[in-house]
Amino acid sequence: MSGLRLADGGGPVIPDFGHGTACLRQNHWFCTSWVHEHWGDTLQPALLQHLYLTLLAVGIGFGISFVLAVLAFRFRFLGPPLGAVSDVLYCIPSIALFLLLVPVTGLTVTTLVIPLVAYTLFVLYPNILAGLRGVPPEVLESARGMGFTRRQTFWRVELPLALPAIMAGLRVATVATISIATVAAVVLYYGLGGPIFEAIGQPDIFRTELVAAGGLAILLALTADALLTLLQRALTPWSRQP
Amino acid sequence: MEQAALVLASLFVDALQFIPDHAALLLHKAAQTAELAFTALGIAILIAMPIGLWLGHRHRGLLLALGASSVGRALPSIALIGIFIAWLGVGFWNNTLALVILGIPPILTNAYFAVEGIDRDVVEAARGMGLSERQILTGVELPLGLPLLLAGVRIAAVFVIATATLAGIAGGGGLGEIMNVTVYNESGVLAAALCVAAMALATAFLLSLVQLAASRRMAPRA
Repeated sequence: MSGLRLADGGGPVIPDFGHGTACLRQNHWFCTSWVHEHWGDTLQPALLQHLYLTLLAVGIGFGISFVLAVLAFRFRFLGPPLGAVSDVLYCIPSIALFLLLVPVTGLTVTTLVIPLVAYTLFVLYPNILAGLRGVPPEVLESARGMGFTRRQTFWRVELPLALPAIMAGLRVATVATISIATVAAVVLYYGLGGPIFEAIGQPDIFRTELVAAGGLAILLALTADALLTLLQRALTPWSRQP
Repeated sequence: MEQAALVLASLFVDALQFIPDHAALLLHKAAQTAELAFTALGIAILIAMPIGLWLGHRHRGLLLALGASSVGRALPSIALIGIFIAWLGVGFWNNTLALVILGIPPILTNAYFAVEGIDRDVVEAARGMGLSERQILTGVELPLGLPLLLAGVRIAAVFVIATATLAGIAGGGGLGEIMNVTVYNESGVLAAALCVAAMALATAFLLSLVQLAASRRMAPRA
């Protein structure tokens, strides 16, 4: 797979150095023409795959963390061991985790998603738990005084009050996942890491592709962060800070 | 199902055999990665920790601390290391520079919040007892903020070790060089991955020992 693609349509198999490529030949940092030409066949699919990977990982990770955090909240003795597991997982570098999973789950998207989910746990689980535990006792006391059941207290008092911490965790986890997901391409050409590794694999690093794909990853992370911040404000209007 | 498990087991057995068979190679490459990672980590600590601690102590620079952490998280390490190699070429100090940049944010942010988050009454009490600002920082705030501070170092260490490996894939030497299926087979790739994981876990473990020892040492004697 070369960044400088061959001419399409079975013509002479000569690298297409033909038009507008003084920029490419000199390997400039950003050749608009290349980005324009390969938006459709390289960058856009990679961006969509990256988005899919992130949503999948954060979605699954959030589900698991939420259940674990609620369990650890109810049954306090579960807290320390669960925290230790998520800590140890985080100490395994992403690149190693991706590679070690290949024999188990093959060259599939599953192999990419599992480590990403594991890393979201490290951020989400402690945040959700801290949010739930941070509800002031006097609030719980008044909820009990108003005749709320245990379940009502959880859904109507504890969860809404934990929401700012949960959303903060979600933001961090999403941005981190978008960044770590670029490493996933060490295993499989998938997501924005695909073009990045492709560019780095060239004898002379293909700068335009590297900058374009890397820039898209950063833009995606910043956009996600901004959108989640807006969502957080909409969900918790009472916690708005000056 | 049984067959798949057998294939899986044999792959890992191959990988485990690769380690003693190529011990010299792995050791050599692991040393390269370790040298790169720990140099960068050391420099990142020297730069980020004093800044973070001082800003936290003064309760200033919240934006810098928050900004560093969000930029640090959003930067894709592989793209950054690629850009550095394309820009400066492959070289020990060039790679170190990229890794230092990646290592600074978690250390700075955690150092800031480790000190900033300490109960202000405690600091006021220390001030009232006539401790100088420097003594407050080293004698009160540092011991209290130590767990969070070292957590930042641990996160940075794992991150820097992982990225030092990536530098090898981009031609920077070290364990990443072995992560090439066409040269070393799957067993080599797996063995290198195991080495990287072991290195990161050992570092994290050492740091938690440091944390334990330091918190014992600094604990107020009753």
